[in-house]
Amino acid sequence: MNEQTLTPEQRTANLKGMGTSRKRVEDVRFTQGKGNYVDDIKMDGMLFGDFVRSPYAHARVKNIDTSAAAAVPGVVAVLTAADLEPLGLHWMPTLAGDKQMVLADGKVLFQGQEVAYVIAEDRYIAADAAELVEVDYEELPVVVDPFKALEPDAPVLREDIAGNMEGAHGPRKHNNHIFTWEQGDKDATEAVLAEADVVAEEMVYYHRTHPCPLETCGCVASMDKVTGKLTLYGTFQAPHAIRTVVSLISGLAEHNIRVISPDIGGGFGNKVGAYSGYVCSVVASIVTGKPVKWVEDRMENLMSTAFARDYWMQGKIAATKEGKITGLWCHTTADHGGFDACADPTKFPAGFMNICTGSYDIPTAYLTVDGVYTNKAPGGVAYRCSFRVTEAAYFIERMIEILAIRLNMDAAELRRINFIRADQFPYQSALGWEYDSGDYHTAWDKAMKAVGYDGLRAEQAQQLADFNAGKTRKLMGIGLTHFTEIVGAGPVKNCDILGLGMFDSCEIRIHPTGSAIARLGTISQGQGHATTFAQIIASEIGIPADDITLEEGDTDTAPYGLGTYGSRSTPVAGAATAMAGRKIRAKAQMIAAYLLEVHDDDVEFDVDRFVVTGAPERFKTMKEIAFAAYNQAIPGIEPGLEAVSYYDPPNMTYPFGAYVCVLDIDVDTGEADIRSFYALDDCGTRINPMIIEGQVHGGLTEALAIAMGQEIAYDDMGNVKTGTLMDFFWPTAWETPNYQTDWTTTPSPHHPIGAKGVGESPNVGGVPCFSNAVHDAFRSFGLTQSHMPHDHWRIWKTANGLGLHG
Amino acid sequence: MIPAGFEYHRPTDIGAALSILQEHGDEARVIAGGHSLIPMMKLRMADIGHLVDLQDIGELRGIATDGGTAVIGAMVTQHELITHDGLASAIPLIREASLQIADPQVRYLGTIGGNVANGDPGNDMPGLMQCLDAQFELTGPDGSRTVPARAFYEAAYFTARDDEEILARIHIPIPGAGTGYAYEKQKRKIGDYATAASAVLISVQGGSCSAASIAMTNLADTPIWAAAAAAALVGSSLDDAARSAAVAAAVEAIDPVSDNRGPVEFKKHVAGVVLRRAIDRAASRAS
Repeated sequence: MNEQTLTPEQRTANLKGMGTSRKRVEDVRFTQGKGNYVDDIKMDGMLFGDFVRSPYAHARVKNIDTSAAAAVPGVVAVLTAADLEPLGLHWMPTLAGDKQMVLADGKVLFQGQEVAYVIAEDRYIAADAAELVEVDYEELPVVVDPFKALEPDAPVLREDIAGNMEGAHGPRKHNNHIFTWEQGDKDATEAVLAEADVVAEEMVYYHRTHPCPLETCGCVASMDKVTGKLTLYGTFQAPHAIRTVVSLISGLAEHNIRVISPDIGGGFGNKVGAYSGYVCSVVASIVTGKPVKWVEDRMENLMSTAFARDYWMQGKIAATKEGKITGLWCHTTADHGGFDACADPTKFPAGFMNICTGSYDIPTAYLTVDGVYTNKAPGGVAYRCSFRVTEAAYFIERMIEILAIRLNMDAAELRRINFIRADQFPYQSALGWEYDSGDYHTAWDKAMKAVGYDGLRAEQAQQLADFNAGKTRKLMGIGLTHFTEIVGAGPVKNCDILGLGMFDSCEIRIHPTGSAIARLGTISQGQGHATTFAQIIASEIGIPADDITLEEGDTDTAPYGLGTYGSRSTPVAGAATAMAGRKIRAKAQMIAAYLLEVHDDDVEFDVDRFVVTGAPERFKTMKEIAFAAYNQAIPGIEPGLEAVSYYDPPNMTYPFGAYVCVLDIDVDTGEADIRSFYALDDCGTRINPMIIEGQVHGGLTEALAIAMGQEIAYDDMGNVKTGTLMDFFWPTAWETPNYQTDWTTTPSPHHPIGAKGVGESPNVGGVPCFSNAVHDAFRSFGLTQSHMPHDHWRIWKTANGLGLHG
Repeated sequence: MIPAGFEYHRPTDIGAALSILQEHGDEARVIAGGHSLIPMMKLRMADIGHLVDLQDIGELRGIATDGGTAVIGAMVTQHELITHDGLASAIPLIREASLQIADPQVRYLGTIGGNVANGDPGNDMPGLMQCLDAQFELTGPDGSRTVPARAFYEAAYFTARDDEEILARIHIPIPGAGTGYAYEKQKRKIGDYATAASAVLISVQGGSCSAASIAMTNLADTPIWAAAAAAALVGSSLDDAARSAAVAAAVEAIDPVSDNRGPVEFKKHVAGVVLRRAIDRAASRAS
């Protein structure tokens, strides 16, 4: 069949554009072991770095003796803070306006903190020599509880800023206090609480956990002393920002730095920040003139690179006796560890925690967040979520359940009567956001119908009766969640990181034969960008997705962008891609009109071609147009067919979803058996349904992990109790339930293709859904709140505390 | 997670392995499947100068089930225990327990000998072997000797095996026809050690319990063969009171420690629950 005879539907299908479950082009190499990760990089003469780390959570470093380590054959150098100080690199700025020790400068503040850096010709020699570095520590009192950290006589952790009561985000009220962030109307909220029919109050703790990507963090720094150029390969979720940061803190000119993120084995926020390993490797390469590789091991990853959550959220929710919510109050105590290294936009020290009014029309609300230093690892990154959105969603979805208990109402109905209505969008929330779009009632009703909600409640009641009659020892729980995310940071007017506006970018070049290459400022860590962004271009320009190469992560070739985290790739870079495509299409239209000898306005785009209006037999395909762009002298039009777009979104996007989890709890062993999980996601326009489903499965599984067992736990001495995968819960296929996915489509009104982002939604919605199911199983026995993770012994403890063990 | 340097030896017969052990004394350790020892070396909690890999020693392999006793070579993998039809029909309890050890990838390498000889209280096979009254055949410079599983474990990682001895074979009396069995294990996830596990054998004759054996795993610094618990069943009709008495006796015998799986109180409770389920299942299978 030639191009003349194909139907528009056939031509559309050939493009594999938006809406197609196109197979992931990345998987050809990943499934054959042909990926190229940081640790796959091998260079001539490459050296290896390894850290000496603190065994103590809080100690003074009185002396470091590196002589024995330096004497080991094959050791090139051993760096300490004293070596970095003349370069001004013994401390580095954090993304949160704080500073962090690169190597211990007089003291250590958390177990696993970097103390010395050994550089050797061989990875094994580096590890052997690290054991020989003798560090003389004087132990100091340890503070692992953020509330105790704020007591008047608490030990001062950050002596470098002791007495300096003006922090990066306003006044500090204690030497261990970092910031207070305040949103909403305090007086109005307190008035509502005072007058409400009902106020439910509870402390909701979202425990400390860790993104723990399959590939740990690492880099290879290579300084070419002849050209003066530094190439830095690394597991960076934001390679362009890393280039700028390296330039600012090292003094190297930015054009002499090339940052490359190769294939990345998962990031989930863990790979956004800058770590000591990067700084030390760069210094080591500059000093030695040789490439230096540093890759952390699993224990180092869990103990020292960025954690997530650790929010203590005290909540009050007010309602009428009929269940209409009238106000929400929240005070959060945020444990940031030894340094404030949160990865949040500058003006948002607690991220977007002020999305905590959730999916509900709550007229009055007030939020305060106190950031606190403790003797724990720094971080506070967005683990598969937009900045602190998981914490916010968990908080409001628990408070709704607690209110339902207080009102003796069905929690599904309580949600329904409080949802923001479709006709209220764009919706101005009490805590300052403008929700762009949503249709919560439609999604909720679809979910309730799909799971047979009334039938589930009847079944639960029967099982409870059987339990009370001694016929079973299992309780059935039904977990509900309706979450609203806020992603796609973000408008440059209020979102920046280190002063860099959070736009993103795409450059498209059409080759003479009609194929193309596109480069973006983002970087895939498994999301499938090479597949999905090509689909956007295919639909926008009319070139088959299979004919488009997509590249990211090389700062020498890709346009500047702020990277991939916070579900921002599709909302921001995806928009840039569509806009760049439209620029190309506009030029293609002029070329087509010239070739067809008609006026520009007399041709119209038709899937993969421009057609003369009213004369469908007269057209030029994009392939023909591309060739013409390179071989014809067209009056008034430059040769070539390329475009670049830098997109500054006018607003965030607000994906949402309705989830239902059904599980059975064995009250005697504390085991929870997930019977079913239904997940309806509305991410606006769907680019690749298969990838969406994969994202939802992955995000739900991480949610399962967090809700049911995964944590970074410390003992009173600040020792990490969960530093290996034996104790840090990673579900295997065996523990992972089957998921039923579903969707509604409410396009974003301001996004060029209406897409909203989906990778993080299932983690944001999944955690409260699993947790609510556990709570719901015990609701009839009087449980209102039990903190995550819901592992066997904590569930058992709940059952025991409720008198269910006789 | 980078181990210190070590010498690697790969002998092809027991005699050669023994002479390496004699030559290097406590600097040498044998390695079977390596699931315990290699992580300890990578964590630098075990510093091994000479690693003696047993995988090329053919005489440590093989399963025989004739003559009323099963004889299992120390290097037999858990995968082989599961897939050996003769063993599965002679002692189905071994298959049931082996299927609860980690995942197939681990079981392809993990050996019965390594599992029982390492003395790790978290391992499943030691308790299982005590339940089955296995005999461990140890070969050393002065020849072979046999130690009952029930007398082998002294403390965590301390056993009756001398440093210069190698566990060669395990001899297990094949239970009589109709013996009921069960291995019940609670764990946090695939690959985890047991929060609590128990192995149970029950024989019945003429409506009453004629013999029983009960062992508990990861509930003390050694496996616990709970003789008093078994005694509470023998002679009874396996009625509820007898089963409860057995559970109470076993919970009395264990001595769990608090860890990330939970506190002592929880572990004792779960141990009782797990054992009760094992007794119920074993009793239902006894004929």
